[in-house]
Amino acid sequence: MTTSAVFLVLSTFLASAVEVVETLTIVLAIGVTRGWRATLIGVVAALVALTAVVAALGPALTVIPIERVRLVVGALLLVFGLQWLRKAILRASGFKALHDEEAAYAEELEQARAAGHEQRAGLDWYAFTLCFKATLLEGLEVAFIVLTFGASQGSIPLAALGAGAAVVVTAGIGAAVRAPLARVPENTIKFVVGVMLTTFGIFWATEGAGAKWPGGDVSLLGVLAFVTLGSLGLVALLKRERLRVAVA
Amino acid sequence: MKRFARFWWDFVIGDDWSVAVGVALAIAAVAVLHHRHVAAWWLLPPAVLLLLYVSLRRAARHTAG
Repeated sequence: MTTSAVFLVLSTFLASAVEVVETLTIVLAIGVTRGWRATLIGVVAALVALTAVVAALGPALTVIPIERVRLVVGALLLVFGLQWLRKAILRASGFKALHDEEAAYAEELEQARAAGHEQRAGLDWYAFTLCFKATLLEGLEVAFIVLTFGASQGSIPLAALGAGAAVVVTAGIGAAVRAPLARVPENTIKFVVGVMLTTFGIFWATEGAGAKWPGGDVSLLGVLAFVTLGSLGLVALLKRERLRVAVA
Repeated sequence: MKRFARFWWDFVIGDDWSVAVGVALAIAAVAVLHHRHVAAWWLLPPAVLLLLYVSLRRAARHTAG
């Protein structure tokens, strides 16, 4: 397996794991309070829709010349990855509240208990629509990452494999413990995913613009080190800024 | 249609549109340098870090203020 193929699987695995943890929190809260039938049908319907999106767009993307794909996808991935990284750095430095799965679970439980009971198509409509939307919206980010990574690397199945493995592992653990996965270091994983998306975005956008990396794929490691150290430096800088503001 | 466009804007661009504009300009600069036969592989990493720094400082000041 090449360096970029390893990164490809690892990135899609981690990005998917984070999104599954967030979806799982909502699905568990709805399932426990409203019953599992409509909840699981909502999840399965969203997964079918997401699979259709990847299956429809995937082959279309492989027809476009790889240089053009890398330019567009690299730019999109870079902008998208910088969003993740920006939020993760703001959280790590204390300028944004950390994502708390236990608090989110408690809030979802309360809302699910308070919501009315409307039956449509023989389903608890609240449970169905909420789980469908949650899975679809969180899953869209994963589908976006799978399509962009896969198309740029010329291997959408490999990217989908990483995402699929994360869904199976994370959802499996969630189903076994029947509790939100609060111990998963979600914010740290988001930081890592942000770094990886940004690294790939830089790498492919540069190649798509025509420039060549010295050493080819191995340069990914250099870009990764640069982005990681730079991001950690920004966390340290913002932490100092926060302390300075607090003292003043 | 407006909601659909809004969704994709939030999805891809997010909170700070100036980062997206900066990224587009930096990639264009790489393409221009390459076209003039100047090695440009080094340009994007520091440009991206600079954009991130500026955006974070703005967000931090906004939060603190």
